[in-house]
Amino acid sequence: MNAPAQAAQLTPQKFKSDVKPVWCPGCGDYTVLSSITKALAALAVRPENVAVVSGIGCSSRIPAYTTCYGFHGVHGRALAAATGLKVARPDLTVIAAGGDGDGYSIGGNHFLHACRRNVDLTYIVMDNRVYGMTKGQPSPTTEPDWDSKLSPQGTGLREFHPLVIALASGANFIARATSSDPNGTAELIVQAVRHPGFSFIEVLSPCVTFRPEQRTWKDRVHPAPVAPTDDPGRAARRLMTDDGFNIGVLYAGHRKPYRTEQSATPSSVAELEAEFIL
Amino acid sequence: MSSRKKPARGTAKPVPKKRTSRPAPKRAAKPAAPRSGAYADFMVQAYAMENDARDRYTEFADQMEVHNNTAVAQLFRKLARIEGLHATRIVREMGWRKPPAAAEAWMWRQSEAPESVPPGELHYLMQPWHALELALACEQRAVRFFTGISGSTAPADVKRIAREMAAEEREHVQLIREWMKKVEKPDPGWDRDPDPSLYSE
Repeated sequence: MNAPAQAAQLTPQKFKSDVKPVWCPGCGDYTVLSSITKALAALAVRPENVAVVSGIGCSSRIPAYTTCYGFHGVHGRALAAATGLKVARPDLTVIAAGGDGDGYSIGGNHFLHACRRNVDLTYIVMDNRVYGMTKGQPSPTTEPDWDSKLSPQGTGLREFHPLVIALASGANFIARATSSDPNGTAELIVQAVRHPGFSFIEVLSPCVTFRPEQRTWKDRVHPAPVAPTDDPGRAARRLMTDDGFNIGVLYAGHRKPYRTEQSATPSSVAELEAEFIL
Repeated sequence: MSSRKKPARGTAKPVPKKRTSRPAPKRAAKPAAPRSGAYADFMVQAYAMENDARDRYTEFADQMEVHNNTAVAQLFRKLARIEGLHATRIVREMGWRKPPAAAEAWMWRQSEAPESVPPGELHYLMQPWHALELALACEQRAVRFFTGISGSTAPADVKRIAREMAAEEREHVQLIREWMKKVEKPDPGWDRDPDPSLYSE
């Protein structure tokens, strides 16, 4: 039924900052925050050895709510900053986080190339299929017929399929999680961090304010009926035909992560400064 | 985040206090019998359950405070305090110097702790009655959880303590039902916001 987490000394609480989240009550992002802190405790990494990097949006506030190093960057540029950080400091555990608008629209190009580069980091997207922070505009993952005052009769645009695009672009680990299962999501984050290369987790995280109908997601999600595959062809077929509510690891590949030649760490500030002199 | 008017909601009347200490004599009076290893494991789990419930109520209280729903925030804070007392009592009864680290980092593999309100159940206009409704469901889940263990093939000492805990949770169910009688039941349409967040011109 249950098991003690591996990191007995580091509790999830140690990864939570004193800053109180300002998300709407019932927002799925609270659960994702809780899952991240549980996962980090289970991974037994120290907060000072973890960096949480984000862009802009409701979910992108997440670095401030952890005790890890954080970088709340420019809209859509979480992956660019996270990639740079990981390449410069491969010893750190780097987690990029954000929403569907930030990651798939403004940051869409970075998403493709982060998958392609396969740098060893984890990208968590809290997908609620709407721009919540700016009051409810359709995002790349919004259903074409979502009728709202800001998109009468829907956009009519086919929605973006992030998991298929991640696979096609070379992501090495692809999973879908749900905010209705904090512990299941924590376990997926643990697996993603441990998996070498670029790991991508899409979390179905309802926006209860602008998409209140998403409260029913918790009744629609179900565990993926098949084990993860390492065959991209098989994964593509599964992802193209799944109902969007399969939860679990959907693809775990074996691509070698990108690594740079490591230069010696500067021994003094002057030496470090010298690297930036043009 | 949209600006929201402070909702009008029912005032919580004085409520019966949920008993925070078990009838200790029952257990304390018994001669110290050797306990199975499973007993300690079970108590770690019981502690984790109370601890998780306290943390969840605390998170909920924080959320409602941020949204200026003070009546519900205070109620969640009170429930968190009660669950915290339960957790502390387990620590004391087990003679632990501090909570076992394994319990602090406990991961419920299949689901969440039985006594924790599922995430995503809150609404910014919810009223104390709704909070109690959520708490009631948690206590009922806890009854089922402990009853299940007391009827399982667990060692005798685990079954005995599980039976006691199930009885206590039944008392809590009753106390919360009494509490709910003293709190105003929301009218239909309680979630109607005169200044909704959705753009509607």
